[in-house]
Amino acid sequence: MAEVVLLKTKGLTRHFGGLKAVENVDFQIKEGEIRAIIGPNGAGKSTFVNLLSGRIKSTSGSVEFAGEDISRMPAHKRVRKGIAYTFQITNIYGSMSVLENICVAVHNRLRPSLLSRNHVSEDDIEAEAAEAAKTVGLGDRLEEVAGTLAYGHQRLLEVAMGLALQPKLLILDEPTQGLSDSEIANFKEVVREVNKTTTVLLIEHNMDVVMTLAEQITVMERGTVLAEGTPDAIMNNAAVQAAYLGASA
Amino acid sequence: MSIHNKKLFLLCLATLAGLFVLQFLLSDYLVLAFTRILILAVFAMGYNVLMGYTGLVSLGHAMFFGAGVYGAGLSSYYLGVSLPVAFLAGILAAIALSFLIGLLALRTQTVSFMIVTLMFSQAAFLLILYFSEFTGGDQGLTLPTSARSFSLFGLEVDMTSDVARYNLALTVFGVVLLGLFAFTQGPVGRLLVAVRENEDRTRMLGFDTYAIKLLAFTVSGGISGVAGALYGLMFGYIGSAFAEFKISIEALLFTLVGGPGTLLGPLVGTGLMTLLIDRLSGVTTAYLIVIGALLIVVTLWFPTGILGTLRDRWLPWLK
Ligand SMILES: Nc1ncnc2c1ncn2[C@@H]1O[C@H](COP(=O)(O)OP(=O)(O)OP(=O)(O)O)[C@@H](O)[C@H]1O
Ligand SMILES: [Mg+2]
Repeated sequence: MAEVVLLKTKGLTRHFGGLKAVENVDFQIKEGEIRAIIGPNGAGKSTFVNLLSGRIKSTSGSVEFAGEDISRMPAHKRVRKGIAYTFQITNIYGSMSVLENICVAVHNRLRPSLLSRNHVSEDDIEAEAAEAAKTVGLGDRLEEVAGTLAYGHQRLLEVAMGLALQPKLLILDEPTQGLSDSEIANFKEVVREVNKTTTVLLIEHNMDVVMTLAEQITVMERGTVLAEGTPDAIMNNAAVQAAYLGASA
Repeated sequence: MSIHNKKLFLLCLATLAGLFVLQFLLSDYLVLAFTRILILAVFAMGYNVLMGYTGLVSLGHAMFFGAGVYGAGLSSYYLGVSLPVAFLAGILAAIALSFLIGLLALRTQTVSFMIVTLMFSQAAFLLILYFSEFTGGDQGLTLPTSARSFSLFGLEVDMTSDVARYNLALTVFGVVLLGLFAFTQGPVGRLLVAVRENEDRTRMLGFDTYAIKLLAFTVSGGISGVAGALYGLMFGYIGSAFAEFKISIEALLFTLVGGPGTLLGPLVGTGLMTLLIDRLSGVTTAYLIVIGALLIVVTLWFPTGILGTLRDRWLPWLK
């Protein structure tokens, strides 16, 4: 199969006042890839993926997804095009049950029109939501109130909501933060499984996760791309070692 | 289609049955009081769609109640249409107005949203006074005797009869209650709650949250208009007092006391508060102070209202 570019940015830029959070980033991700973005705190990683998801508006530059220019498209439409975003800071419906949280995501996919009378029943929605919960290992917690879950489980719920959208591109912003070692091991399995059908863009501080999952790594620093390449190449890149690996040690 | 939340559905049916039986047990005075309670409960239920389920606090719902009152009353008074037609006209007026106001007001959030809705509502109130030659202003208009009865599907209804009025109010209340059950307890209701709980999240799950809020706003205003139209036609009088700020506050108060975001909360809140106000205003002219104190107690210690507290402690399905 020929390699297809799924997402491409040109000169993507976002300033906050005088701060150049993301500056002139040219970036490509191929269909089927697992890509990691790493970089020191404040490098602009979250801002960059938020520009992709449409949650933050760009100052300039363009975003192309599946061959279509989506630079001006509002966030909710980008989600419908297949870009799912999971938040760095856990962002769930605290008073709803685990199942209901995921149902909202499934609902969007199965009944996209607000007042449509199409015949997808609540039961179908719940069945798919339960499936997504099972995938991340929350299958036996469906009725628990999301806000009362342990932090690690809330992270997993966040991921399950992304999965339930069955996106073309799944953006995960530091998904393993706060997870235990066994949860991280499970999470790696989940990402591998998801990757069979979905391209994954992963922001991650845990280098073990990055090294085992990513085929390509993009290193960001001060809003720009510092380096890009295979895990091995990145590990041996002097500039990266100086800027990131050195700084975080 | 299967019914979700069967317990709540059964409770709704039981409530309707109970309300039907009530008319045989109560004195004439209380039957009249409960007629008013039922209509105002419809108003509060409409308010609750926006405030309770969707989490948007409006301070201007008097304008939608008023749109119902005037849409119905004026078309009966000037055009002489039959009461059912006037009733529909009132509802349509409220739906149209709430859609338009929603388009504009929903561009703002939280406190600005409260202020913007309040401003629109005050503007509507002042318009009613300004055109008092046509609207009757604060003196109001009394509907002619010809507008005090109607026949529908061969059924003669006399609007001066207490029994007829109670059962008519109960019918409208029942239709709205079951309609709102379907609306709030299904997938759309879950979206309203999703917007209330976390709008950003809901947008990032692919929903146009502005459209969801506009839907909630329009349904909310439309139901408020149902109550207004019924109130005006049933008691044969329309006046600017129906569009006053106080009316907006009552919707908020009834909903808060009963339990925002619970289907039956507005009925409970309206019932309790209306009876309380009736009693208190007989005892003291300063009854508003008592109401104010009660409001403070509720917001401090029972922020989820009576049914909301029950739901959180014991009955999770009560929503
Ligand atoms: N809404 C905002 N307003 C102003 N400045 C912002 C805003 N969001 C981010 N920034 C700034 O932009 C820069 C990049 O932030 P960003 O969150 O993208 O970094 P990051 O690489 O995700 O960092 P971390 O690893 O800590 O998550 C930081 O200096 C941050 O303070
Ligand atoms: Mg970040």
